[in-house]
Order: sequence, then C-alpha cells, then structure tokens
Amino acid sequence: MTRFLIRRLLTIVPTLWAIATLTFFMLRWAPGGPFLAERDIPEGVRAQLEHTYGLDRPLGEQYLTFLGRAVRFDFGPSYKYPARQVREIIAGALPVSLELGALALLVALLIGVPIGVVAAVRHNRAEDHAAMGLALAGVSIPNFVLGPLLVLVFSLGLFVLPPALWRGPESRILPVLTLSTAYVAYIARLTRAGMLEVLRQDFVRTARAKGLPEHQVVMRHAMRLGILPVVSYLGPAAARILMGSVVVESVFQIPGLGRYLVNAAFNRDYTLVMGGVLFYAAFLLILNLMVDVAYTWLDPRVELA
Amino acid sequence: MSATALPPADAVTVGSVAHRPRSLWSDAMRRLRRNRAAVAALIVLVVISALSVLAPFLPWLPDPTAQDLRLGVAPPSPAHWFGTDELGRDLLARVVYGGRISLLIGLVATFVSLVIGVSYGAIAGYRGGRIDEAMMRLVDLLYSLPYIFLVILLLVFFSRSLIMLFVALGLVQWLTMARIVRGQVLSLKQQTFVEAARALGASDRRIVFLHIVPNTLGPVIVYTTLTVPAIILQEAFLSFLGLGVQPPDASWGTLVAEGARTIALFPWLVAFPGLALSLTLLCFNFLGDGLRDALDPQDRGGVS
Repeated sequence: MTRFLIRRLLTIVPTLWAIATLTFFMLRWAPGGPFLAERDIPEGVRAQLEHTYGLDRPLGEQYLTFLGRAVRFDFGPSYKYPARQVREIIAGALPVSLELGALALLVALLIGVPIGVVAAVRHNRAEDHAAMGLALAGVSIPNFVLGPLLVLVFSLGLFVLPPALWRGPESRILPVLTLSTAYVAYIARLTRAGMLEVLRQDFVRTARAKGLPEHQVVMRHAMRLGILPVVSYLGPAAARILMGSVVVESVFQIPGLGRYLVNAAFNRDYTLVMGGVLFYAAFLLILNLMVDVAYTWLDPRVELA
Repeated sequence: MSATALPPADAVTVGSVAHRPRSLWSDAMRRLRRNRAAVAALIVLVVISALSVLAPFLPWLPDPTAQDLRLGVAPPSPAHWFGTDELGRDLLARVVYGGRISLLIGLVATFVSLVIGVSYGAIAGYRGGRIDEAMMRLVDLLYSLPYIFLVILLLVFFSRSLIMLFVALGLVQWLTMARIVRGQVLSLKQQTFVEAARALGASDRRIVFLHIVPNTLGPVIVYTTLTVPAIILQEAFLSFLGLGVQPPDASWGTLVAEGARTIALFPWLVAFPGLALSLTLLCFNFLGDGLRDALDPQDRGGVS
C-alpha cells in the first residue's frame, strides 16, 4: 500500500511538471501579450510593466522562476486585477465551486439511486422503460440548454426562484438542479446495471427462498453490492462536476472557479490561467489517486499495481 | 403420390430458416430492428441529416443570413415557423444551417478520433511488450489532463478557426477508442486466423489492418455512435462560451448562447436551437444504446 502510494505520487509530480511547462510556453508564444489588449501603451510604461512582472528577463530564467514559485503555489498577482494575488482569487472562488459541486453530487445520488433500483426491480416493465428513457433524455440535454429553460419556467414564468447570482439558499436550487441532471441520469443507469447483475446471484435467491419480504431482499441484501459501481463512479463524477460547473457558473453568474478561469482566458490574464490550470490538474490527479485507494477498500479483490 | 407428399408448410419454413446463414451482422440487424426506440432514433437522425444536406436546395427554406430589419424579432408565425431573431433572420433556417455545422463538426472530429484511436490501439495491442506499455502510459497521462481547459487554451491563444476546432476536439476524443481497440486486438491476435495469415507470409501491416481491425468493428461502431454526440456537445459547449464557431457561421451552440442572452424577452430564440440540439443528442444516444444491445447481447448493463 505504501509502495503504491509512493509510486503514484511520483507519477503525479512529472505529470504536473509537464502540464506546467506546456502551459507556460504556450502562453509565452501565444500572439498578443496581456498589455496589448485595449489601447496603445507608451513604450516606457510598457517596459516598466514588463519589468514589474519580470517579462524582460531571458525566457529560461522566467521559466525557472515560474517553476520555483509554482511549487509553492505562488503565481504572483493577476495581470487583470494587479491588486490581487492569483492564490487569493483561487482561494476565494474555490469554496463556491466546491459547494455547488457537492450539492449537485448529493442531489444526483438522492434521486439517481432510487430511480435505478426501481428500474432494476421492475426490469423490462413499463417503469423500467420509462426510467431509462428519462435517463437518456437527462444525459442528452446539455446543461447550458437546461439552465436557461429552467430560468425561463421558474424565474421568468412562475416567479418562484431567482434567475441568477449566489445569494441565499433559494439561489442554489436552479444551478444545482441544472448541474446534477446529467449525473442523476448516469447514476440511475449505473445503479440499474449493478442491481440487475446482483439480483441474478445465488445469495439473492437464497434470501428470497428463506421467505424474506421482497423489499428486504432488495434494500438489505442486493443494494450493498448493487451500488458498488456508483461508489466507484463518485471520484470521476466529482472531477467532472467541477468541470461542468464552468457552464453553470456562467449561466447563473456564480462567482466560482470555472467562471474566473474562462474570463481569465478571454482577458489573457496569463498568471491566473496558469494558476487555474495547474490547480485543476493537481486536484484531478489527487482525486483519481483517492478513487484508486477507495477501490481497494470496497473490493479487496482489486490489486494495486 | 400421397406417400411422397410435401412436408407440411410450417416445416418448410423452419427448414429454410435453419439453412439461411446467420452471421453476427444479420443477427444484430434483427435485434436492432426489434428495438423500437433505436429505429425511431435512426429515422429522426436520417430526417435531420437529410434536412442539413439538402438545406440549400429547399425552396421553402429562406436564406439564413437574409435580414429583415423592418420585421425584427418576431415570435413563431405561419410565415416563420420558429420566429425570427433581432435582425429579422428566419430562425428555422438558422437552426437547419446550424445543424449543418454541428453535424459536420461531429462527424469530421469523430472520424479524426476514429483514425487515430483505431491505429494507435491496434498497433499498441499488436506489438505488445514495451511498445504497448509506453504507448498506453501516454494515453493514461493524457487522460489525467484537465482536457477541457487545454481545449479552451488552444482555442483562446491560437486562431479560432474551424480547423483548430476539429484538431482540438479530435485530439481529446481518441483516447477511449484506443483503449477499446487495444483490448480487442490483444485477444484477437492469439487466434488461429491471425497465425494462418502469418503463415501465408502476410506483412504485419496487412495482418493488423486487414485481418484484425475488421474484427473489432462491433465495439468500434458502438463507441463511434456515442462519440458523435459527445463531440457535438463539446462543440456546443465551446461555442456557448464564445470559443467555438465564429460569426457569421452559427452552430447550435452559438444559437443557444445568443438566445440565452435575451431569454426573458424572446424565449423562442433559445428554445428551438436547444430542442434541436437535445433531440439530436438524444437520438444518437438511443441509437448507440440500441447498437450496443444488438451487437453485444452479453452486455446487459446499458452503461457506457
């Protein structure tokens, strides 16, 4: 176990280095600098700006300074908002994204698992077909279509929920619904598949044979194994939900990490882009590692390689 | 005469059915045809594709760029079924032409990822050993990248052309295909028909691409059907953020993004492109699910 962890941590470091290097050089060679954007700047002022940000040094030196600072998660001040450190911006926006993502994942589980169980129990009947049809529809509606449609109905039609922003509990409802729909659908499909597999097994037949009521057979015996695929999906889902929130954050004007990153890319705010990309990459890699470790807990047959 | 009478009619049919060769494909076709949802999805997709291809030749369809500033934005009416946008352009025409772009991107980028993924996976699986390990390490590494941000980076800092969009989308989609094909090839290359081909003196390239790859077609077709909607969705996502298709061209994603800005006043501008996009994605997903059930009856999960 320890050896596995060390090996995996050792592969994370070169991966992050590769991403950092790639992003650094891509941004340096991209056309148009951050200070060319809106109006002509006098030559002296530009030189002063470039000196402040260390852009007048040789490229190799810039790269090494960048790497040295990146290790300490220091990316300097944002180009667009020079008064704020990239670190502070990320630290400020992260809780919002995390809350949105965690709520969405929770909703997806609370709705998706029961739907999947019902579909499996009523396999090939009307309930099953209806649930799976709905699930496919849920996967197929892009969240940037669903979001505006929900706003149209609940905010502009019925006037019951706020159409945007992130203030007060009722402002959470629409973004969380929008973000979770695809995951509700996917988790329902996973649960159904897992339950169908388990319901065929001998111990379920034994449980039935000894006269247990059907709901106990399903809830107590089959569920435990049947939702294993869902548990193992949670890691990738958490990562993807954080990505998916980019759209939801722009639709609902939520000040989360995704929105900052997209805006940073548009503003050519190089320091913020680099900090954001590296942060996301590190987050993903660590999440994947945690998922692999969790697999072995849940299913001792899995070998760590 | 009566002793040599013809066998009863139903025996004849039973006999002739038993004689007809039943390949994997005819079996699969039969199962697919029985799946009503998949057939319906296929029909809808054929209609949507036909509309997209024939759009310039349809006499009742206005020019999507023709403006009517005096009319301006108008709700759906008999003259304009889907209504018009702020410049008085017919929304139905814009949606049909948007579908041309969305479908084109979906198909071309899928083809790019198909060619890369199948070749890569086949070579890795067939070579095996160190080469396989190195090639698959690279795939694992690419998997761990936050790819949507790399796509965004590519498109923000380099030219926002259609070509760049194809490259960006194709580059991130071939990974799963490579894994699927490699797994198939690993088991196929042990089989006797490959040994026979080798004994006959066929070159490695010939064995891989003429003997092995055709046998991986089942899973490849299923996954391809599911890749097209995934790419259309990603293109729409990028266009929604303003990074994808640039005006005057408009994909479904662009139309949804434009419509979403004025949703409070002119809801039809977001509703119709959104419906067209969702319906197409839904049909591809239904078809892909149906194909999987048809081509691989063992896999009852129905989870991609």
